[in-house]
Amino acid sequence: MLFGLPLLSLVIWLPIVAGIVVMATGSDRNAGAARWLALIGALLGFLVTLPLFAQFDPSAHGFQFQERSSWIPAFNIDYHLGIDGISLLLIVLNAFTTVLVVLAGWRVIESRVSQYMAAFLVLGGVMNGVFCALDAALFYVFFEATLIPMFIIIGVWGGSNRVYAAMKFFLYTLMGSLLTLVALIYLYNVSGSFSLPAWYELEIGLAPQILVFLAFMIAFAVKVPMWPVHTWLPDAHVEAPTGGSVVLAAIMLKLGGYGFLRLSLPIVPDASHALAGLVITLSLIAVVYIGLVALVQNDMKKLIAYSSISHMGFVTLGIFLFDELGMQGAVLQMVSHGFVSGALFLCVGVLYERMHSRQIADYGGVVNSMPVFAAFFMLFAMANAGLPGTSGFVGEFLVILGAMNVNFWYAFLAALTLILSAAYMLWMYKRVIFGPIASQHVAALKEISAREALILALLAAAVLGMGIWPQPLGAVLDNSVADLLSLAARTKLP
Amino acid sequence: MKTLYLVVPFAPLVGALVAGLLGRVIGRTLTHTLTILGVAVSLACSAMVLADVLEGNTFNGTLYTWMSVGGVPMQIGFLIDSLSAVMMVVVTFVSLMVHVYTIGYMHDDPGYQRFFSYISLFTFAMLMLVMSNNFLQLFFGWEAVGLVSYLLIGFWYTRPTAIFANLKAFLVNRIGDFGFLLGIALVVMHFGSLDYATVFQGAPAAASETVELIPGLTWSLITVICILLFVGAMGKSAQFPLHVWLPDSMEGPTPISALIHAATMVTAGIFMVSRMSPLFELSVTALAVVLAVGTITAFFMGLLGLVMNDIKRVVAYSTLSQLGYMTVALGAGAYAAGMFHLVTHAFFKALLFLGAGSVIIALHHEQDMRRMGGLRKYMPITYLTAVIGSLALAGIPPFAGFFSKDAIIEAVHLSSTPGHGVAYIAVLSGVFITSLYTFRMLFMTFHGPERFRESADDHHGHASHAHALDTQAPDTQALDTHGAPGHDMPGQDARGHDVHAGHGDAHGHAGPPRESPWVVTVPLILLAIPSIYAGWAYIEPFLFGDLFTGVIASGETSPLTKLADDFHGPAAFVLHGLQAPPFWLALAGFVVAWYLYIRRPDLPGSIASGLGGIYRLLANKYYLDDINQSVFAGGARRLGTLLWKAGDVAVIDGFFVNGAARLVGFFSGVMRHFQSGYVYHYAFMMIIGLFVLLTLWFARA
Repeated sequence: MLFGLPLLSLVIWLPIVAGIVVMATGSDRNAGAARWLALIGALLGFLVTLPLFAQFDPSAHGFQFQERSSWIPAFNIDYHLGIDGISLLLIVLNAFTTVLVVLAGWRVIESRVSQYMAAFLVLGGVMNGVFCALDAALFYVFFEATLIPMFIIIGVWGGSNRVYAAMKFFLYTLMGSLLTLVALIYLYNVSGSFSLPAWYELEIGLAPQILVFLAFMIAFAVKVPMWPVHTWLPDAHVEAPTGGSVVLAAIMLKLGGYGFLRLSLPIVPDASHALAGLVITLSLIAVVYIGLVALVQNDMKKLIAYSSISHMGFVTLGIFLFDELGMQGAVLQMVSHGFVSGALFLCVGVLYERMHSRQIADYGGVVNSMPVFAAFFMLFAMANAGLPGTSGFVGEFLVILGAMNVNFWYAFLAALTLILSAAYMLWMYKRVIFGPIASQHVAALKEISAREALILALLAAAVLGMGIWPQPLGAVLDNSVADLLSLAARTKLP
Repeated sequence: MKTLYLVVPFAPLVGALVAGLLGRVIGRTLTHTLTILGVAVSLACSAMVLADVLEGNTFNGTLYTWMSVGGVPMQIGFLIDSLSAVMMVVVTFVSLMVHVYTIGYMHDDPGYQRFFSYISLFTFAMLMLVMSNNFLQLFFGWEAVGLVSYLLIGFWYTRPTAIFANLKAFLVNRIGDFGFLLGIALVVMHFGSLDYATVFQGAPAAASETVELIPGLTWSLITVICILLFVGAMGKSAQFPLHVWLPDSMEGPTPISALIHAATMVTAGIFMVSRMSPLFELSVTALAVVLAVGTITAFFMGLLGLVMNDIKRVVAYSTLSQLGYMTVALGAGAYAAGMFHLVTHAFFKALLFLGAGSVIIALHHEQDMRRMGGLRKYMPITYLTAVIGSLALAGIPPFAGFFSKDAIIEAVHLSSTPGHGVAYIAVLSGVFITSLYTFRMLFMTFHGPERFRESADDHHGHASHAHALDTQAPDTQALDTHGAPGHDMPGQDARGHDVHAGHGDAHGHAGPPRESPWVVTVPLILLAIPSIYAGWAYIEPFLFGDLFTGVIASGETSPLTKLADDFHGPAAFVLHGLQAPPFWLALAGFVVAWYLYIRRPDLPGSIASGLGGIYRLLANKYYLDDINQSVFAGGARRLGTLLWKAGDVAVIDGFFVNGAARLVGFFSGVMRHFQSGYVYHYAFMMIIGLFVLLTLWFARA
């Protein structure tokens, strides 16, 4: 506790309150105020995560910074917060990303500025709530509440087909999580509370475990998204405004992976082991199948969206290997994917704002007019292709090592991403950035502004820093991953 | 000493960062001074390190812990022994020569600073690769040199051929890296460590381990590891069938062809296998695979050198073939012979590439040998050094290449690896082929009639002319992150191959070709010196001394051990060589080349047409590019399209998702409110709805 403040509550509610304040500035006449207030709110939201990082004790086991008070006593629902290393990294990533999207929307968004900024601040707070919740009902409320701001972001500031995309996004994810609610209620009936730590100790028979696992899996698989419930993502990305895509890819998808880690594995470990083969199969299909699909996309955003799905395959694969290397790899892959996919969507956004096209065919020779941008884009493309020395390598490397410990062919199929990701990223890069200048429009492109350069430089520093020295992040994860693995290794059959 | 180890790789890195980030600000002269200084310091320190190692001081230590997961420490650290020290000196020496040469070669290029930044960065990456004491850093360096190679092949990024070539190079290398990474993963799985020393220590005990990759079929673990690692070497060292990227890499500026695609990066695979020799020694099967791949590469790529007309491509195919020789040496279990050829080859092949570059500048970026000839009197220094390089490459005693190549041939002869008989015949006939294409190149370029005055329009079918399609200048800066854009507008001037501003004068109108400036000729001379003496001077320590004792494995059965019995000093080696078939084959190659390209220059054409199908097969590079392009590249695209259109669009979305289409239709009715200002009402309603729903369900429960 810093000055006795409930840090986790601050991390959740500060951005939400800031969002409400920003919304209060009202119409676009006060857009300037809205922007600055939003930036201050986002920065404060990021600053309050720093004491978490500083005071987090990597040598301790269990949840830290716990807060607990009764919320709905009738159902034994608590406002119970607490984090481990996994949540910590995702919270910091989330707060960092919120700052970036506020900056990224600075000049681009000109209508309903206050609402736009507010939506992102609220979304950031709510997602922190998911990462902090130790009560299943609280978790569920936060988990579902994330849909609303994102639905609005896509539906209001999106592209021409935004309504279809927003609905597809909303329905897919809402339907997915309805069964989760049923599973949560079942667990409440069995245990008499919604406390996750209590559920970790609960004995459950194999049949109900499997049903609970499947109910969870549908919700989380849609969020990740896993093949074959992934088709909402490319549409959502294509229609979402740049900021929406960034948050969607960088943080929202992680809710799925986080759900597997926080709920599925420790609550229903026997079912998790029993059905690991299914998840691993779907993950490997995602890596290879989606990698090939990404190769033939004509729309840059779709390409990166498919690449996202393929990379998230590493997360689910790593989790269900039940191997220390694999699981740390999965978490680090989530963090890295947050930086890299966020950066790539920002890069596409930079081009889109100038050319109003996402079609690869409309570009060519961009390096001639935007050399600094081209350098950043190259770095992020390489990071996405898993180049060692960038963050993209860390998670994939660990997951491949973990997969090898389990089965040679898992590693073999996963490692195909080395070829596929390089193929789709660099082929796109070649067509968009290199080559002779494609048109007058490309020739007239303006180099990135100082604001854009700042955003990309922050991300570049994160990508390189994590690639060159991931040990500080790994140290935070060591005990949390070990704890989780030992929880998942127990049998809970009565 | 430890500080010195750090200076070696990091001096070039500092140079690269300064040139890359501040190059625009500090200008050309300061950029090249600083980067050259960095590499020169690195060379000096490497030499000191080598001297220290020769006194018996080796080092194996950690720099920092990259990460540590699941009991596997992953560290960045150095292993300084004779193998790494020799590589450090070779890399920094060639790199320094290329840095100096670049001042002349890239003189008029708008991307001058960027180029220096890249080649210094490359030097850093290559040094980290060879100095590594673990598999992780090896892989870091491995991919990093690939990245810089990618950036440099595509240095003139407006040229369609260049950016095709660099994409191809990266992807083909990634196929190799795919195998390499799996090999590393298998090492970690079994040994629980990435550290060389730990792995090598545990290797003998692992020799009897087996893995069952396909149910019912068991393989030796070490064999699988070695073959997977070797797949990585096949990519980086351009071994058949992953060699296809190297000839295309000639699209890059010539200095990097010398540095990266001849002397250093492409030898990383050879170095790696030598480094891993304690593992390879344990698997005859893996060695047989290595030998077979090397044999195919050495022989068939050499043949292609005979039919190329682009001077850089001849040297490129020659490099492929010589890399094949090195691989053959590894497969024969004579790792030290492979390393020895690596070193001598680095000198004379860098020399030949830089010499080719010197000719190319003198002829205003003409690369077709059919438009050269008679240059010896205009460019005496280039000519003389090219002669030295050619003699070394062809294996004429007492030049450097003779010793290293003869050692390989003898080693194959004495080897016990399965398939060494075929390999012996292939490398022997390869000597004739090598000599033939080498002197063909020398004669077509420097002897015979002067063909460079003919008009450029007279001939076609020469790849470089595709570049005439580019109508804009390469930008002044591309992938470095500094400064304001100062780009040329499209259509400003038309440029040909390897063209820089200032060479705009058309072919053949600029008077006779002139010898290149001193920044070009001095590196040529400095590279010519070791091309002469390095074989004679170093054969004993490399092959029969104890330079590599304890570093490179050599068992009782090693062919070099047998060879050592017959070795009585370099002079005797030469005398023996003069009576052996390789020398006479090399001489025959020289005579045939002289007859065909000096005496009867009309003959090659009729031979080519007489050979018909075979000639077409060679001229089309065995059609491998076409196969790759249509089967693999095209196949992946077709498969991707199928999965996308049939899988995602038709089945998943079309059938399952839009089965809920009516629902979507219903909701879009609701959605209309979104655009009429009720956003937050609706959101509020949803939150309330959620809570009501929750409450209802709780109540029921």
